[in-house]
Amino acid sequence: MSLELRSVEKKVGQETHIYETNLKFEKNTINVLLGSTLAGKTTLMQIMAGLDKPTNGEIWFNEKNVTGVKVQKRNVSMVYQQFINYPNFNVYDNIASPLKITGVDSNEIKNRVGKVAELLKLSPMLNKRPNELSGGQQQRTALARALVKDSDLILLDEPLANLDFKLREELREELPKLFEDRDCIVVYATTEPSDALLIGGYTATLLEGKIVQHGKTLEVYNKPNSLQSAQVFSDPPMNIAKIKKEGDVCSLISDQLSWKVHSKLKDGEYKVGIRPHNITTYKEGSNSLEISGKVLISELSGSESLIHFTNGDLNWVSLSNGIHQKNVGEQTKLFMNSDEFLYFDETNKLVNNV
Amino acid sequence: MNKTVNQKAWLFVIPVFVLVAFNAIIPLMTVVNYAFQETFGNNVFMWEGTRWFKQILLSDRFHAALGRQILFTLIILFIQIPLGIFIALTMPKEGIGVSVCLVLMSMPLLIPWNVVGAMWNIFALPDIGFLGHSLNALGFDYNFTQQSGDAWFTTVLMDVWHWTSLVVLLSYAGLRSIQPAYYQAAEIDGASRWSVFRHIELPKMKKVLTIAILLRFMDSFMIYTEPFVLTGGGPGNATAFLSIDLVKMALGQFDLGPAAAMSLIYFFIVLTVCWVFYNLMMKNEGQS
Repeated sequence: MSLELRSVEKKVGQETHIYETNLKFEKNTINVLLGSTLAGKTTLMQIMAGLDKPTNGEIWFNEKNVTGVKVQKRNVSMVYQQFINYPNFNVYDNIASPLKITGVDSNEIKNRVGKVAELLKLSPMLNKRPNELSGGQQQRTALARALVKDSDLILLDEPLANLDFKLREELREELPKLFEDRDCIVVYATTEPSDALLIGGYTATLLEGKIVQHGKTLEVYNKPNSLQSAQVFSDPPMNIAKIKKEGDVCSLISDQLSWKVHSKLKDGEYKVGIRPHNITTYKEGSNSLEISGKVLISELSGSESLIHFTNGDLNWVSLSNGIHQKNVGEQTKLFMNSDEFLYFDETNKLVNNV
Repeated sequence: MNKTVNQKAWLFVIPVFVLVAFNAIIPLMTVVNYAFQETFGNNVFMWEGTRWFKQILLSDRFHAALGRQILFTLIILFIQIPLGIFIALTMPKEGIGVSVCLVLMSMPLLIPWNVVGAMWNIFALPDIGFLGHSLNALGFDYNFTQQSGDAWFTTVLMDVWHWTSLVVLLSYAGLRSIQPAYYQAAEIDGASRWSVFRHIELPKMKKVLTIAILLRFMDSFMIYTEPFVLTGGGPGNATAFLSIDLVKMALGQFDLGPAAAMSLIYFFIVLTVCWVFYNLMMKNEGQS
């Protein structure tokens, strides 16, 4: 089983929503579509589902061309950002609705609804209507509806975006388990890099209607093929600075800071991408670099400290574990782990061999 | 810390109290005053207790008017609510057509009630009116000034023309507020058009439809101006609905006592029906 987009393109009027896209999802995988709002995640999912037709290109499922085949014939389910349930059905009937339409017999329905309700912790509220449930329970009901039929393709369009923080955390941890041992392809759209890391599987980074990179989630994270992919997959945003390489020495253009590298890369200007958690108030790694700056904002959240500071003419973001109180305007010293630096050339491609 | 009691705060309530007193309490109490007393000239009043209420509640005339009123309101609701929903469903969802339809739909609502009555009176006149003349030319024996069936037909038609738009506009607003994801989810399930209407659109429109039904109930149950101008309650008493009958009693016969009692009963019926209906509809609605 596989889902394949072949040269898919979507235009609405003069506007291009999805640029030519080739993508292949394999059997029994979870695939994250990671991108900001309006990157084209929803459009892409609707094309995959058959709710929308591509302007050009084809969709292949199980080695069969399914472009233009209606959604009802494709055995897909979808969960949305909004909690979509039938408002006048109770939870049981809501979960049973996709089965009833396809004419599954009533004992079988009872059996399957019971199982899926158990899985999603909905058993005590099978007789309640959606408007009597909390947001989290409403979304669980919607998830149950998607899981109850044995779909070949399950599409989740930012399913956690409308939930409050605690419920989101709770459901996010359960999600990957729900799809274990299921014979299907799961596609999960999100704007949150942390969702992608937690869910694992495969990730495709999207920017303005283009797939930037597609691969195993950790590989995409650790080895972004380009600056764009790294930016999409970094929250808080990645620090980017221009550098000059001369011989074995790299130096920031905006500051005197320099460090040694061993590389055959030719001399010239590059960009360095530094994830916020690689700039910390304490030393990490064997090649630690000191950077000084003026504190702009200092935010504490639970067990992490986010410090925004200026160095040269750039604004930097650092993320340290633990609570580190800094005063606004204060001169401070932080440490960068230069082992984790990502180098990009003038075309924003990753250059590995610095 | 002890809180000091400051009665001055009541002063802030005075403006509202005065306003409500003038537009509601004083007129209503005047009616209550008349309802329990017999009035003679020179403002001489005599206590009558519940006599007028008994008289009204037992009178055939009141029963007949109430019967006509209930029948009229039921016909109006059974035509306008489904028709309004149907039109709202068929209206365009985007583009220039939306504005065109909304403006067209709002037109009847903007015309003053007495003008509507006068318009339809002329429109339906059997000899010179377009509707009346055409119907007769087609072979129907139509004369709303003489045949009570025709008078009812014309009154209902006029009200449908005048007020269905209100139901359309409310339903349309309700339909537009349904997120497209609901339709997609139904499409994925393979739900039929009827299921989409029955299980998504109708429940989602429940609140606006409750308001629409309440408004149409109140307005049609208290209808006065349009039938007064169109038929004057005739022929005979065929279209003498409660309000028309009430005005006849109060200002025609100058029976202020019974008319006041009838007003209160009338008011009480409208209030009770609205209250019961609203509570029934809003039961189990929760927070959504």
